[in-house]
Amino acid sequence: MEVVFEQLAPLPRDEKVVIDARHTRWASPYGLTAMLCVAQSRAVRADFTVPENPDTASYWARTGFFRHAAEVYDLHGNVPRHREGQESDVLLEITPIVRSDDVHGVVGRIKDKSADILHGQLGLDMAVTGRFGMTLSEACGNIVEHAGLGGWVAVQTYAYRKRLGRRVVVIAVCDAGIGFRKSLETSPAPRANERWDDARALEAAVLRAVSRYRHGDEGRGQGLAQIRKFVAKWNGKLTVRSGSARVAIIPGWDEDEPLQESLPYFPGSQMQIVIPEKVPDNATATLSNSGTAGRSSRARAS
Amino acid sequence: MSLLIDVGTVLRGSVCELYSSLLTRPTGAAVRHAIERQVVEVGAPVVTTIDFSQVDLLDVSCADEIVAKLLLRYADGINPLNGYLLLKGVREDHLDAIDAVLEKRGLALVAWYEGYAELHGTVEASERLHWETVRELGPVTVDRVAEQLGTTALQTATQLTGLWSRRLLMYDYDGHFLVPGMIGPVS
Repeated sequence: MEVVFEQLAPLPRDEKVVIDARHTRWASPYGLTAMLCVAQSRAVRADFTVPENPDTASYWARTGFFRHAAEVYDLHGNVPRHREGQESDVLLEITPIVRSDDVHGVVGRIKDKSADILHGQLGLDMAVTGRFGMTLSEACGNIVEHAGLGGWVAVQTYAYRKRLGRRVVVIAVCDAGIGFRKSLETSPAPRANERWDDARALEAAVLRAVSRYRHGDEGRGQGLAQIRKFVAKWNGKLTVRSGSARVAIIPGWDEDEPLQESLPYFPGSQMQIVIPEKVPDNATATLSNSGTAGRSSRARAS
Repeated sequence: MSLLIDVGTVLRGSVCELYSSLLTRPTGAAVRHAIERQVVEVGAPVVTTIDFSQVDLLDVSCADEIVAKLLLRYADGINPLNGYLLLKGVREDHLDAIDAVLEKRGLALVAWYEGYAELHGTVEASERLHWETVRELGPVTVDRVAEQLGTTALQTATQLTGLWSRRLLMYDYDGHFLVPGMIGPVS
């Protein structure tokens, strides 16, 4: 997607663009949801050419991509028919998030399937299921609370052979709204630090749980902290891109930059959470016992 | 007087009949307002128990709106709610969210689970020790707790009144402290 963002960045918003996906062979949930955001970011309705490979186009159709793309793009090429429920790897089809109700809908829809995939297929502890729903809720809730514009979410499992040699479950939540920097700038806090940009805003929100609502409401900013905690517990990876920067919480199995700055500008925020399959006897994936240590002690009372 | 509120029923009545999870801030705010109305309608100071047993998922944003902001309403200097707030029917994954919001705001509360009272949130180690002693022995006097812990009556009185002022213990004005929701022989 960075190549697409790079080509778009210098163009005026009202310039007509064509997203040419004819030769694509694959797209992650992040790529698919981000491509919808590309259309959302343009002032003039963009064109989109469909992948020529029938398997690719068919898979994209099964993720629900073309159904939503048809609303924001002028589609060109052979768009396969969408058949719901045909793809076992798609835990959640691409789903628009605009209101709080949408978050309830998304979490409700994955409930039954997530236990089967997370526990059954990825071998994660049963305790992951509820926490996965909570994480998904917080990630989507950020769009409702902060983006100022709707976005999309998708959840999918696939083999992450190149980097990991294991299956993973991936949550992608993307919007083309106001982004972290502008969101934080709506709070009255003086920014004593001379250096204030997308990277500093991402560090504040993702790493230090700063929220634009923190003045007068100390409880704000916990959603991203909870997502971070979830990712750490299940040996996962979190990346958040906003504006011209990207931060990453990187597990041992991956090599990535913790902070990237001066990226091509793209509005809104784009989040990806990757949770890997648990492999027995692998030290990097042993954090699955949630346990009760640290909870308050329990004793009898009449 | 006690008031038992099934938060799952409140959710379905105040937000959507089809929901079983407490998710997002707007949902949490709607549920909290509905609970506050019930507590205010009762009028007298009550032990209000919020029952989470019918709740599927609870996210941090919703926990903050319901649990943390309800607790703050009890400490509101202008128009406080009267009485005590307890939780019951909370599961381990609910506690992830509840503990996170209590810690963030420096709050604490009492939750009951199958006949056991537990203290959650931000409390000093010494406060926790005193609270657990009251839970084991209560309803109980300052002197009895001090004897049990080997502290002075003044030290123990300070700890217990601190816990009482945070609504983590009740005082029966007959010299006894007890955990809210507890009924038992006086010691």
